[in-house]
Amino acid sequence: MESSELKGGKDSQISDELSELRMESSELKKAKDSPISDESNRRSSFPDEVLERVISLLNSHRDRSSVSLVCKDWYNMERWSRTHIFIGNCYSVSPEIVARRFPKIRSLTLKGKPRFSDFNLVPQNWGADVHAWLVVFAAKYPFLEELRLKRMTISDASLEFLALSFPNFKALSLLSCDGFSTNGLAAIATHCKNLTELDIHENDIDDKGGGWLSCFPESFTSLEVLNFANMTSDINFDALERLISRCKSVRVLKVNRSISLEQLQRLLANAPQLTELGTGSFTQELAQRQYEELESAFNNCKNIHTLSGLWEVKGLYLPALYPVSTHLTFLNLSYAVLQSDELAKLLVHCPQLRRLWVLDTVEDKGLEAVGSNCPLLEELRVFPADPFDEEIVHGVTEAGFVAVSYGCPRLHYVLYFCRQMTNAAVATVVQNCPDFTHFRLCIMTPGQPDYLTNEPMDEAFGAVVKTCTKLQRLSVSGYLTDLTFEYIGTYAKNLETLSVAFAGSSDWGMQCVLGGCPKLRKLEIRDCPFGNAALLSGLEKYESMRSLWMSACNVTMNGCRLLAREMPRLNVEVMKEEGSDDDGRADKVYVYRSIAGQRRDAPSSVLTL
Amino acid sequence: MEGSVAYENDLNLKATELRLGLPGTDEREEQPVRNNKRPLQEADEKCGANGKSDNETAPPAKAQIVGWPPIRSYRKNSFQPKKSESEGPGIYVKVSMDGAPYLRKIDLKVYTGYPELLQALENMFKFTIGEYSEREGYKGSDYVPTYEDKDGDWMLVGDVPWEMFITSCKRLRIMKGSEAKGLGCGV
Repeated sequence: MESSELKGGKDSQISDELSELRMESSELKKAKDSPISDESNRRSSFPDEVLERVISLLNSHRDRSSVSLVCKDWYNMERWSRTHIFIGNCYSVSPEIVARRFPKIRSLTLKGKPRFSDFNLVPQNWGADVHAWLVVFAAKYPFLEELRLKRMTISDASLEFLALSFPNFKALSLLSCDGFSTNGLAAIATHCKNLTELDIHENDIDDKGGGWLSCFPESFTSLEVLNFANMTSDINFDALERLISRCKSVRVLKVNRSISLEQLQRLLANAPQLTELGTGSFTQELAQRQYEELESAFNNCKNIHTLSGLWEVKGLYLPALYPVSTHLTFLNLSYAVLQSDELAKLLVHCPQLRRLWVLDTVEDKGLEAVGSNCPLLEELRVFPADPFDEEIVHGVTEAGFVAVSYGCPRLHYVLYFCRQMTNAAVATVVQNCPDFTHFRLCIMTPGQPDYLTNEPMDEAFGAVVKTCTKLQRLSVSGYLTDLTFEYIGTYAKNLETLSVAFAGSSDWGMQCVLGGCPKLRKLEIRDCPFGNAALLSGLEKYESMRSLWMSACNVTMNGCRLLAREMPRLNVEVMKEEGSDDDGRADKVYVYRSIAGQRRDAPSSVLTL
Repeated sequence: MEGSVAYENDLNLKATELRLGLPGTDEREEQPVRNNKRPLQEADEKCGANGKSDNETAPPAKAQIVGWPPIRSYRKNSFQPKKSESEGPGIYVKVSMDGAPYLRKIDLKVYTGYPELLQALENMFKFTIGEYSEREGYKGSDYVPTYEDKDGDWMLVGDVPWEMFITSCKRLRIMKGSEAKGLGCGV
């Protein structure tokens, strides 16, 4: 019994709620009927208590998924001891199924919309509303402590329901979510007496004012993490100052740009134990004494390892940061308009940096300074300051990329927006840094070739996949033929996520990827010449993946219908454009596996086939 | 699909077009964005000549491809590049108009020069300002825009350079009728 179960799970032994849950029904059936079950119990030589203890120490959900596939005993022990559940696609499973299998969940992470919703490619009312989950969980998990949502819709009513239904609630994290306003946050602040974490990050929030922060009662002291950096309204600074001074365990504080330097100094004076700080506006006319006080406040914060914010930064005041710079491991300057020399001066004081996010205003010279000063760097993200302005000669080029690679051999994560690139430069970069796990290169003009040789960028990405054997995530750009995808299919054996835009020559490209990348989980494609043949070549592959997105490609409704018919455990959803002709084209296709069946909350613009 | 608008402005989508023939053999006659600098004058000429959308056909609004480059909207909205020299809060001044029941307030920093400011005042109070000349002030209207400067003097709007004006202006007053004529006739 055991070996056949294991074989059945071979394509999903890494991660994957879906196959576990499929296992559930077949496992239970076999366990009931089989006389071998006693034998298998005897074969398990650990006493239950030991096994339980061992399994309860497992944290990774992937490990737990693997463990649950071993045998019925292990499956049961695992399900009783799991306290955190991660669901990568909220529509792949239903809250009822989750509650049935796992009786003791205290922490839930849920992801909803396809990633391209971040770029306005998904209609507003698409779905991923969390309320149904909250209702079930209020009944089944009244002791729920943590909720982390990404790209979900959550209303103020849901936030209030959450605040009132879970007396032990501790941590709320909302990333790229929508549907709520500051009123919902007020409800959380008012009712969650045991709150430790409130992380409101990069959401489409209806900001009605900063009054929500004043809703934390004076008796409330448990806060450890507070992030409201991306909210725009002014908050009551006195309320914030009092909150921070009475919450002695605050370790993460990220304020919004309404907080001035002087106010920041007062907050820091009250919270020298901070480990992560997001400043407000870093520009204010400071008198000498005020500046010294600020510097002294930073000097007292011996534990800050992560720094962000720095809106409207005045280069003049950056030296105030030098006391903390020496032990910084993560510096997020992606909102700070810095020139190359300003960055260079700062980086001299940041030898411990592992992660750096910057704007391309620092240009290649700034990146040279990165290479010279940050030998331990592991992650670099360069964001464009003016992504839509093609007239201006700005930003970073291949030279900056190469410069970083020479100085930072440990680099394994890059996100790089640029306007020009060459095959040779990318080849050099990966030669210097062969350990890339995440390689996301965005040449901002679609379909742009190697600007020196005028050739496609195929060889660049070929070099990446040939050299970086640990590559998990890849985003390609520039003028690419099918050859790029042949390379990917041949070499990228650990690839899990692939993003493609304005690339490829024919169906063959996509077929190579689907046929060649055994660990592929997420594939998102836009504006490529891939059609039905490509779509259907992945028929069996999609069940081992989380999802597939294809938009503005050559896929037709008939192709989608065929896919839906052949693979009943996949949900095939087509989003129709408003006013587009019904010419059979499938404008946007989203395919994902699910054991919950078709979703019933799709808006009229989404067709489930 | 929303991407179709973008096809008209050249973004080299020909490269991803499905064609018969081996990959890599198609001639790419267009070289979009080879240089980072776009000579706009050239674009205008070309456009006139053959109407092809080689470079941008017209200086205004390039058709942007939806969702490209892939930058998240919060990042676009919350980031303000340091384009202007002036930092800090706006310069709010009261504006009174003779005969109006209450005053208004405007932020002088929002405007780039006198024409814009005067236009805004005209819109706000529904009147017309006359033609300005250095010699004769505002002719052709009963209304004259004036301001109180740092010294407490009432000055005619438009006499000093804009930058000097916004730093010295304490309040604005739109004078009407005979009082206005006194200022308007060039003292």
